[in-house]
Amino acid sequence: MLKILKTRFQQKYRTLSYPDGPAPEMPLRFAGRPVLDPGCQAGCGACRSACPTGAIMAAPAGGTLSLDTGRCLFCRACEKSCPQGLIRFSRDHGLASATRQGLVIETGAVQTVSARNELAATLFARSLKLRQVSAGGCNACEADCNVLGTPAWDIGRFGIQFVASPRHADGLLVTGPVTDNMRLALEKTYAAVPDPKIVIAVGACAISGGPYAEHAEQHNGASSVVPVDLFIPGCPPHPLTILDGLLKLSGRITAVENS
Amino acid sequence: MAPSSDWVMIGNNEAIGLKAIAAVSFERFRQAVIEAVAGEARLSALPVWSPGDSGGLRVIAVLSLPQRGELGLLSAALPDRWPSLTPHCPAAHWFEREIAEQWGLTPEGHPWLKPIRFQPCRRHPDGGSRSACAGLTDFFAMAGQESHEVAVGPVHAGIIEPGHFRFLCHGETVYHLEISLGYQHRGIERAMTGGPVPRSVHYMETLAGDTTIGHVTAYSHLLEALAGATVPARGKAIRAIAAELERIANHVGDLGALAGDVGFLPTRDYCGRIRGDVLNMTAAVCGNRFGRGLIRPGRVQWDLDGGLTEDLLARLDAVEKDVTGAVPLMLDTPSVLARLEGTGVVSSETARDIGMVGVAARASGLECHVCAEFPYGIYRLAQLPVNTWTGGDCAARTYVRWFEVQASIDFLRHQLLELPAGPVDRKLSPMAPESLAVSLVEGWRGEICHVAATDRESRFAFYKVVDPSFHNWFGLALALRGQQISDFPLCNKSFSLSYCGHDL
Repeated sequence: MLKILKTRFQQKYRTLSYPDGPAPEMPLRFAGRPVLDPGCQAGCGACRSACPTGAIMAAPAGGTLSLDTGRCLFCRACEKSCPQGLIRFSRDHGLASATRQGLVIETGAVQTVSARNELAATLFARSLKLRQVSAGGCNACEADCNVLGTPAWDIGRFGIQFVASPRHADGLLVTGPVTDNMRLALEKTYAAVPDPKIVIAVGACAISGGPYAEHAEQHNGASSVVPVDLFIPGCPPHPLTILDGLLKLSGRITAVENS
Repeated sequence: MAPSSDWVMIGNNEAIGLKAIAAVSFERFRQAVIEAVAGEARLSALPVWSPGDSGGLRVIAVLSLPQRGELGLLSAALPDRWPSLTPHCPAAHWFEREIAEQWGLTPEGHPWLKPIRFQPCRRHPDGGSRSACAGLTDFFAMAGQESHEVAVGPVHAGIIEPGHFRFLCHGETVYHLEISLGYQHRGIERAMTGGPVPRSVHYMETLAGDTTIGHVTAYSHLLEALAGATVPARGKAIRAIAAELERIANHVGDLGALAGDVGFLPTRDYCGRIRGDVLNMTAAVCGNRFGRGLIRPGRVQWDLDGGLTEDLLARLDAVEKDVTGAVPLMLDTPSVLARLEGTGVVSSETARDIGMVGVAARASGLECHVCAEFPYGIYRLAQLPVNTWTGGDCAARTYVRWFEVQASIDFLRHQLLELPAGPVDRKLSPMAPESLAVSLVEGWRGEICHVAATDRESRFAFYKVVDPSFHNWFGLALALRGQQISDFPLCNKSFSLSYCGHDL
């Protein structure tokens, strides 16, 4: 008993002060929200051929590029390939969007992306119970959702909790591209959640299929099977990116302008 | 028993021309594999592929021969039906089921032939051999007044990957546990064929996301072997640093989860956080907590410069202090030990027979560890001690994890202090055509085996991945025999196997 108390004392109080205090600092080499600088002579296409998932598109008008963070693996292949150095990854962790279109970053544009959901911000504002379904996820997104329950992140303090049964849940948090072998299980789990309900797609796989997009063995993400209310990009998203998305969803923090 | 002279020997991460691999009759092949595995050899992979020109299928046995430090290769034409190896060589059990499912063939006399992944058949993609639905297959049944079945999954109570578990019980006692997987199948091996393409390395990084470093290291070694090159010493050291960070993070996480499953909350909470501190060290190296983007064939993409080594050493000291407080706290508590000891026993004979590897095998007393048996990269110069235990129970698997955490911390500190100077990359020439290479890596779960062969155009004719979980899932099923269902979470966590690494 005394040893337990002594260890408790040594391990200290570690819960983050965020969002009341400052957000924890991201690693210097972290690949967060991409920034596309104007001035692309459009045509070399090096970034598009370097991208493993087709996340980079040229605007039909020509000249400008856009990057779909829903497909992006944040691997920096485009950043390395650009001869003009116009693509870079900032350390901004805020990536979540309530709409699929909101994940597309345009060249030089100042975008305000909303991740707020009326249902989550009203009915579920003080208590949001989620059932997690891994549908082909590689256990990285799963692990960084799990970590939100540890004392450092402690999402319980926001009334958010991962529950054991869909019957106890207000919504689903889906990871993985939705493999063919998990499709039925995901449909049944969704059906078992009482109405009204929300769905959150976490990670490139759950948003677009990620590296497995267009494979016959999967379904290019959660929205092929269930309606999605919040998209949180990354491969996997940093725990802070996931937390940021959940807090914006329920209106606890608001989106700031991203430029 | 020394393997017969038919076997062609190569080293770990060594390429060989396909034509140099002896091709024998299938009957001789079968006998040779059975005899070798009855001796000292481990069956590390049994890839099958269609060379195309002849129309038939070929099988290659990849044996690990730890006492020689070499890998044995033997090949044969694979018939549509053959007398199953499994009754004489239980370690072939899962491999034969895999081959039967992937190619629509029949190992006759296989004791329990059913799909392991519910994936489309490669020879008849539209054929009827595929079950209509994952998990829809035969299961063992038991009749009697007190007998009953409990089915769990694919969707589980916690945040974990999907798998279906069926317990056959009599009263409170579990007679057998059947594990039905395949829910995570994403078609990685199929998509690797004809590569490499820009996505290939991302398949490897997400094949089992918690083993990003382990699998991408094996992939890089394979490509480097086929191109006849190795990375400079500094690159090798950085790869090993990342691998040991991965080992520490996962082991600490599992130790915490084990504490949680026995209801000892202090260690659960501390370890959950300490695991994050270790993942953040990996993120300091490459920006990603799982090591995505760090390792590529021929190079590492991030160097340890600008004071990063000092930063990592300071963080390592803090992790060591915290983990040395958190884990012994659990292991010094009699009620925790009482729950772990004698639970989920796998004897060393069983572990050996079914071909278990890694932490679980070492906890059953088997001294198998790729870093010591088939050293690669910086492990050729720096030793990582092999820790074993004899109980084969949950306590043994817990202790082995804890010893490995301590050994990895020492190894890491040494590597960070003695980091070789020089470049971290080397230009790779194209892969040799019509060649085969094998790469073994000791991931945090155990032996990772990647085997690939190239065609005339130096593209992958096949790419075979054997995650340690492939060998060990059946061990978990056997560990549950004679236990109670309430022991399952503990046994499951003490094995801590990968679903997606198995399902591919």
